[in-house]
Amino acid sequence: MSTKKTILIADDSPAMRALLVSTIEVLGDYRIVEASSGFEALRLLPREHVDLILTDINMPDINGLELISYLRNNSNYLTVPVIIISTEGSLKDIEKGKRLGANEYLIKPFNPDRLQALISSYLCICP
Amino acid sequence: MSQQSVSHKAVKEFLAETEEIVEQLGSQLADLADMADRGELNPDLLNSIFRGAHSLKGLAGMFGYTDITELSHNMENLLDILRLGKIKLNPNLMEVLFGSHELLTSLVRSVEAGPSAARTSEISACISRINACLSDHPETPTDVSPILQLGLDGRVLGALTEYEEHRLLYNLNRGNTIFSVHTSFELTTFDQDLGQVSDILKTCGEVISTLPSMGNNQETHIDFEILFGSGRSLDDVKNLFENNAIYVIQLEARGNPETGIHPPPLQPVHSTDVSLHVTAQQQPSAMSVETSSLAADDATVSAKSMSRTVRVDIGKLDDLMNIVGELVLAHSAISGVAVRMRNEGFSRMAIDLNKAAKGLERKLTDLQKGVMEIRMIPVGQLYEKMSRIIRKMSREQGKKVELRFFGADTELDKLIVEDISDPMMHIIRNAIDHGIETPEKRATLGKDEKGTIRIASYQKGNHVVIEVEDDGSGIDLDKVKAKALQAGLITDVTAISDREAIDFIFMPGFSTNDKVSEASGRGVGMDVVRNNIAAVSGIVDVETSKGVGSRFIITLPITLAIIKALIITCAGRTYALPITSILESLLLTDADIKTVERKEVIQLREQTLPLLRLESFFGIHRSTERLAEFYVVVVGVAEKRLGIVVDDLLGQQDIVIKSLGESFRRFRGISGAADLGDQRTILVLDVGSMINETMRAGN
Repeated sequence: MSTKKTILIADDSPAMRALLVSTIEVLGDYRIVEASSGFEALRLLPREHVDLILTDINMPDINGLELISYLRNNSNYLTVPVIIISTEGSLKDIEKGKRLGANEYLIKPFNPDRLQALISSYLCICP
Repeated sequence: MSQQSVSHKAVKEFLAETEEIVEQLGSQLADLADMADRGELNPDLLNSIFRGAHSLKGLAGMFGYTDITELSHNMENLLDILRLGKIKLNPNLMEVLFGSHELLTSLVRSVEAGPSAARTSEISACISRINACLSDHPETPTDVSPILQLGLDGRVLGALTEYEEHRLLYNLNRGNTIFSVHTSFELTTFDQDLGQVSDILKTCGEVISTLPSMGNNQETHIDFEILFGSGRSLDDVKNLFENNAIYVIQLEARGNPETGIHPPPLQPVHSTDVSLHVTAQQQPSAMSVETSSLAADDATVSAKSMSRTVRVDIGKLDDLMNIVGELVLAHSAISGVAVRMRNEGFSRMAIDLNKAAKGLERKLTDLQKGVMEIRMIPVGQLYEKMSRIIRKMSREQGKKVELRFFGADTELDKLIVEDISDPMMHIIRNAIDHGIETPEKRATLGKDEKGTIRIASYQKGNHVVIEVEDDGSGIDLDKVKAKALQAGLITDVTAISDREAIDFIFMPGFSTNDKVSEASGRGVGMDVVRNNIAAVSGIVDVETSKGVGSRFIITLPITLAIIKALIITCAGRTYALPITSILESLLLTDADIKTVERKEVIQLREQTLPLLRLESFFGIHRSTERLAEFYVVVVGVAEKRLGIVVDDLLGQQDIVIKSLGESFRRFRGISGAADLGDQRTILVLDVGSMINETMRAGN
């Protein structure tokens, strides 16, 4: 049985996902699943036991807000921490995302330390 | 995986992605300008352009490219207020967007090329132009009250982005009706099913938002609520769908949905019975959504391609192709062993080995075909680039040009597509610069004010033909002949035919134009065009008619990777001739050869065929006497024909052409080397350049 915690990254930019993956990998032993669209995130959710979600807002098909709304209206994902990663142009949308139930947000460009600190605080790997 | 290697991967992804984004931005901006010219505006397209600038800004910011971040940030701001309808699109704004994109492209390119001189002044000038457009619009708060009156579910309302709110308002202001469409799909196939529903809806309105929610059976199903704006009636929208598990509710700006009741619990829809009913007159457009490969502004399409394609370094495919090549050679060696075994009396085992080798051969052919197909990309990718340049140039020169593309899905090896991009660009620049006349001049000539550039590609046997045709002034061949006379290339203008005269335009430094334009120069470069096309074993041909237009015909091999070749010998040397350019071979004697103007020719079915002797072409000393009987291999590219005189034909073989390296790149008549599988390396003849050389020498 694997005790690794799983992080879902939903972002349509492969470069952004690669960057997030490399930021998370230094933190320790996490399992990372990547979704290149809102649809893919929806498809992955029931298959993976996801412990934390990083999501972009501007995505094709369904966007980050719609994804968060889905998560927070679904008993299975009600408590899964969600961190929005977006740009300052989307401040109003980020605000909405927070109201929908996102736990945190990061504005690009952000300091990798900040993301690492957030992940560690939500997914503390206790000795 | 170490942190360092992952970061390296991220940087590689970054370069590939930014390049992709700016390319897409360019063609989308051109589309936007075209639509604006027709007085139209596609919100999906504008939003997609915004998303491009938005992604670029976010990416460049994360990877620390401040100049790109800064510029794309300002572009994003401008595009944002544009998509939110706060300012109107006008020609000046379009110019600003084009200018910013151009600068952005060069910034992105210079990232790849490595650090370069700072271009701060250029960037700040561009940004202040953007800001000048921004300052035109008054900051007025959007009145969202009509949305609140729709009586939308709080869950739907809460998840609307600012842009979606704007689209909702826009639809309301246009007097459109807002519908709420409820569907339920299986988790395994919901993306295709939902895509189908969206496509059908898009034929008669705008899909504003798509909100997923937990299905009745959350393990297997997922529900969606689509907000849809349209001028159609409730019954019309309902009739779009045969399936009664899709519920449509009309939302009224008075606060109550028309039905006044909540949708009944949805019955899960099995993916196979999503038979969507489309009325007769809508069918073509619904079909075109499915079949059109170039529908760039369709968000669902791009989403699908995002998740279903893999970006692969072409180098990896080359490696793979090389391995396939080596396998093909290894197979030849095994077949050779089988033949030897049979000759030495092990016939039973030889038969078994031969059978196994045949099986291996079949699988190898499949593998080879598979790898080859991965390398193939549609020529349409090139079209997008071309259309951008044509639109930009014609705008700059005040010429009206209509573009017509045909055969966008013709496939060609990725490397060939890349290599012919520059020569094609040059041909197109020439067409706009020197071919298409100004609208005024065209009007006086009785032509349509709008010139036409037609780019068509199609497969012809083992070749792909790309034609670039314009209806401009054509090449003035009298002027070409006069220039040739002046340059001392000919002694009498009447002595050469029009066909021969056309060949002069491909000579280095030859130009009939006295003025130099920024775009295509003084016509310098047609020799480069021919050489670049010849470098990928292609050939370029021109047909022109004064006052009517010109047509450039580029004939290219489909792939350069693995080819079938005819192995020949001449003067004791062995060469490979690509089978794709061979038309036939003849066994002749000296009596068949005639001499016309000191050139050897043969008569072949009413046509005079020029001959080429390899020993004189390559300057090889023949140590043995010429044979009384010899072969002539008739080769042809496009409409040109040539007979190559050889001593013997050894047979057909698959070969992998390897480059001779930079130092021998300009070596005429040779396209590379190939390993025959028996430790022998031979040279591969480049038919295209041999034909060109002979034709040129013939002049």
